Amino acid sequence: MRAGPRVRVAVLAAAVAALQLALSGAGKGFYLTQLTMAAYDTLAALGLSLLMGYGGQISLGQAGFFAIGGYTSARLTTLDLGPPSGSGLARALAALHLASFRPDFAGGELLSVAPLAALAAALLLGAAVAVAIGVPVLRLRGHSLAMATLAFGVIVSSVVVGTEALGAADGLHGVPPLALGPFLRVGGGPSHRVENYYLAWGLVVVTASLLENLVHSRAGRALRALHGSEDAAGAMGIDAAALKRKTFVLAAVLATAAGAFTAHLDGGIGPAEVSAMRSVRYVALVAVGGMGNLWGTLAASAVLCFLSLRGTFGVHDDAVFGGILVLSMLFAPEGILHADLGALAARLRGREAG
Amino acid sequence: MTLELFLQYLLAGLTYGSIYAVVAIGFNIVYSASGVINFAQGEFVMLGGMIAGSMARLLPLPLAVAVAVAATAAVGALVELVFVRWLVRPTVLRLVVITIGVAILLREAALSIWGEGVRSLPYFTGDELSAFSLWGVRVSPQVLWVLGTTVATVALLRLFFGHTMLGWEMRACANNRDSAALCGIPTRRLLTLSFALAAAIGALAGCVVSPIAYTSYSVGGSLAVKGFTVAILGGLGNSSGALAAGLVLGVLESLSVSLWPTAYKDVVALTVLLGILSFRPSGLFGSREASRLGEAG
Repeated sequence: MRAGPRVRVAVLAAAVAALQLALSGAGKGFYLTQLTMAAYDTLAALGLSLLMGYGGQISLGQAGFFAIGGYTSARLTTLDLGPPSGSGLARALAALHLASFRPDFAGGELLSVAPLAALAAALLLGAAVAVAIGVPVLRLRGHSLAMATLAFGVIVSSVVVGTEALGAADGLHGVPPLALGPFLRVGGGPSHRVENYYLAWGLVVVTASLLENLVHSRAGRALRALHGSEDAAGAMGIDAAALKRKTFVLAAVLATAAGAFTAHLDGGIGPAEVSAMRSVRYVALVAVGGMGNLWGTLAASAVLCFLSLRGTFGVHDDAVFGGILVLSMLFAPEGILHADLGALAARLRGREAG
Repeated sequence: MTLELFLQYLLAGLTYGSIYAVVAIGFNIVYSASGVINFAQGEFVMLGGMIAGSMARLLPLPLAVAVAVAATAAVGALVELVFVRWLVRPTVLRLVVITIGVAILLREAALSIWGEGVRSLPYFTGDELSAFSLWGVRVSPQVLWVLGTTVATVALLRLFFGHTMLGWEMRACANNRDSAALCGIPTRRLLTLSFALAAAIGALAGCVVSPIAYTSYSVGGSLAVKGFTVAILGGLGNSSGALAAGLVLGVLESLSVSLWPTAYKDVVALTVLLGILSFRPSGLFGSREASRLGEAG
């Protein structure tokens, strides 16, 4: 039973490497940038896949957590803390290596929160908000849950647009790269394209296989039972509320991480990147990849996000994702791999006859 | 804040609040008949304003509004026929996702037809300058049209559901679809009708508010969320509750503008939504019955 996922991880890792070699070999290395961005979107989509595809709990608030991650990282790493000898906060942060220097526009140096410390702060904040929001909101079901999470996402994006300290309509710029090691860097421009690509997809592969393990664990089985019937799951002794909350927080943390990494990768973040439409896109990716199908979500996300970032859909970008939502839920509510075309044809025939 | 200024904000709040109430009533009509929350409800308001805006160049104003309402009603019926009718025992999750998709498709269609520009109808009576003073408050004639239309809509719906055969049938259908079908009520046709009716009411609201709050392709989403807030606040399925809740939300929002930046206006409404859903999902004016209905969905 458990050989399947391991094979899938190996195949995926090989595909990631092959794609890089082929693209770099063909002199199309610039595609790697969009593939890297698609990887971080995939991270957020994988979180939603667990929550929605396995747990049956819709969330239209993933973009809100993406925003919390991106904006926390971007804001902290572009702060001007003054010289290390200055304020107490700056001294303390510098002493703990939580702050680092980076060049400013005038060629001087600026002390800001170190990217790794900012990432930790972002993840903590994302998790804290997810707990705070999740406790009341996850008591809701169906359309109420959808609207409440949507409201959360819209609140975050409205706050972002309305707050000068977060760059308002302009967003934040000049976010430094996030160095995780000598050859592991998020951001840093085109010369670091290949290492960015491997880091991003490495994260996706590791996350996907961890989630795969989770899904096949006791907690994962409980989660799927929840999707089937919350009452029946409760009767089996599953603490539905706690399980939903934990899954919601996990999904939120993945979206937060995606936001933080994307902000470092792009060197900035703006309000257009955290609109409610982004949440809808994640739902579309899970819907088309298949409810309860991590690998389907991964594949759908990689392909669709890449095409979207390349501008393949042009001005119809949002419409494409809307169409995907409608079509996949109308004709293949379990995902395109499970599309029941026979029943569909029969139904259409029946409609014509009737 | 002076009393005059307060009253001025109050009036603006009541005007927008009554539009939210109409969107909420659209939610209620469809929800009562089918248990579906149609996330595309806000797009009907947008379509009404946009179609009337285009038609007003060719036709006299009343006719343009009539065409817009009829066309949007047809779109509403079409949405039900194409996307909802033939689903066999759909889950709520599926319906939510489908109607969100439909909302996006309608919005994008509007974008490609009308572009990004804003549109507005001329004032129904008078113009921008013909506002009159009432206790120191400037009242635009169009505000009276908005408030009047809302009140008339609620009253007519009350008559329709309380005193006509079709209204009774729709209520029977909402109460228990199987029993209604056994009594010979064409439940499926009534579902289509409920979508058309909700779309028509939304379009009418979109037309009357268009002269004072310009319409663009993107207004539907925020109207849908606020309309849903009002529907929950007033108790799902309760139209008088929706009217009261709409006015409350509109006034809250309007007064918030005097305290915080305008960009935070939506935050007020949505925080109300989160709060009410979390702590009193039956709504301010809702009964326990309505709350059970909501959770069953």
